[in-house]
Amino acid sequence: MPRDSIPRTFAVAGALCIVCSVLVSSAAVGLKSIQEENKALDLQKNILVAAGLYSDDQPVDVRSTFESKIEARVIDLASGQYVAADEVDPAAYDQRKAAKEPSTSSKLDSSEDTASIRRRENRSLVYLYREGDQVEQYILPIRGMGLWGTLYGFLAVDKDLETVRGLTYYEHKETPGLGGEVDNPNWKKQWPGKKLFAASGEVGLKVKKGRVDPKIDAEKTHQVDGLAGATITSNGVTNMMRFWLGDSGFGPYLERLAQGVD
Amino acid sequence: MADKPKDVLLNPLFNNNPIALQVLGICSALAVTTKLETSIVMALAVIFVLMASNAAVSLIRSQIPTSIRIIVQMTIIASAVILVDEVLRAFSYGISKQMTVFVSLIITNCIVMGRAEAFAMKNGVKLSILDGLGNALGYSLILIVVGFFRELLGSGKILGYPVLATKSDGGWYDPNGLMLLSPSAFFLIGFFIWVLRAFKPDQVEKDG
Repeated sequence: MPRDSIPRTFAVAGALCIVCSVLVSSAAVGLKSIQEENKALDLQKNILVAAGLYSDDQPVDVRSTFESKIEARVIDLASGQYVAADEVDPAAYDQRKAAKEPSTSSKLDSSEDTASIRRRENRSLVYLYREGDQVEQYILPIRGMGLWGTLYGFLAVDKDLETVRGLTYYEHKETPGLGGEVDNPNWKKQWPGKKLFAASGEVGLKVKKGRVDPKIDAEKTHQVDGLAGATITSNGVTNMMRFWLGDSGFGPYLERLAQGVD
Repeated sequence: MADKPKDVLLNPLFNNNPIALQVLGICSALAVTTKLETSIVMALAVIFVLMASNAAVSLIRSQIPTSIRIIVQMTIIASAVILVDEVLRAFSYGISKQMTVFVSLIITNCIVMGRAEAFAMKNGVKLSILDGLGNALGYSLILIVVGFFRELLGSGKILGYPVLATKSDGGWYDPNGLMLLSPSAFFLIGFFIWVLRAFKPDQVEKDG
C-alpha cells in the first residue's frame, strides 16, 4: 500500500489514536487514587493551617492531627442546624458538586450575592476543632470571586464566635505576586484576633485599601491591610466575608451556636 | 544541518538556542518563571515531552502519511504532555497546583512542534532523541536563568529560601514588583540575548 493512499492514512490515524488513548487513559486511571488522596490531604492540610495547627515552618503529620482534632459536620445553612450523619455522611459530602446541582442548591439574588457565587449550596460542611471535649474553633469553608476566578478558603472562628483565628486560601487563580499574595503568610497573619462583627451587628471584617491605621479603633479591630496592586482581589475577600458571615451564609449557624442550642 | 551527535546535542544550548535565536516558546517562558522551582519543573517537563515526542515521531516517520503529519505529531505531543500532567498531579501536587494550566500548554509550545517537524521527521531515532534533549536543555537554560533572577529580585528568595531580606520581613531589600509580572521576562530574555550575541557576534541579524 503506498504511503499516502487514503486507506493507509486512515489506518495510521486509527492505530495512533488507539495507542495514544490507551497510554493516556491507563495513566489517568492508574494514578487517580494517588491524585485524589493528594487532593484530600491538601484540603485537610489547609483546614489545619486555618486553625493554626500547621505551618510550613512547623510541619506536623496532617492525617493523624486531622483525625485526632478535627471533626467534620454537615449543617443546613438556612436553619443553621446540624444534619444527622446518617442522613448525609460528612466524609462523603461533595460540597462543590452540591453547589452546582439545582436540587441541592439555591440561586442567589444579585442583591444578596455579595461574593458573586451565583448559586449557594443548601448544606455546607463545617469543621470543629476540639481540644479534649472542648470545641476550640469552628472552621468554615468560604469562597467568592476574585479577579480571575473563584477563591476557595477556610475561615477559622474562635469558640467565642466573635474572633477570627485564621484564614487560608487553598485554591485560587489570582496573579502571582499581586492578588496571589492572599497566600502570603505575612498577610494572613494579620487576621487572627480580628473581630467578625461591628457594634451594629453587621459584618465588620474588611480588607482595607492601603494600610490599617492602628490609631483608629474600628480599623484596628476589624480590618487588615490591602494587597498592593490587587484591589479587586482585596474587595473579593471583603465581599466573601460579608456573604459567608451574613444571613445567607453561616449567620444562622453562628447565631444558633451563640444561643447554645446544639 | 549539523549531523554529528555531539553538535546535535550541544548546538541548541548557545549556538542555536530555541528561545534566544529562534525566538520560539516565549509564552511559557513568561508564564512559569516567577519562581525558580516552577521553572525547573517546567524545564524537566519539557525535556521529557520533547525527547518522547521526537523519539516517537522519528520512530514512525516513514509510516506517517504526509497529508496528516501535523495532526499525528500533535497527537503524540499531546499524549506525552497529558502523561506529564497526570504524573505531576500524582506525585507533586503542590507544584502542579501552582503551574495549573501551563503544563498542558506545553502542547502549544512551538519548540516541541518545531523539532518534530524540522528534525524528527527526517532523522533517526537516536539523533532525534539527542536533538530533543539538546533543544529542551537550551530552553531550560533560559527558563532557569530567568526564573532565578525573577525570584531573586521579585521576592528576594531562591527556591523559597530568603536570600535578600525583604522590607516586609524587617530587612533592607524592597522587592521589585515588576519582576513578578510577565514583561520582566521579556527584559531578562532581552538581556540574555544581548550577552549571548556579544560573545557570538555571528548571531546578530544584519540590516537589510
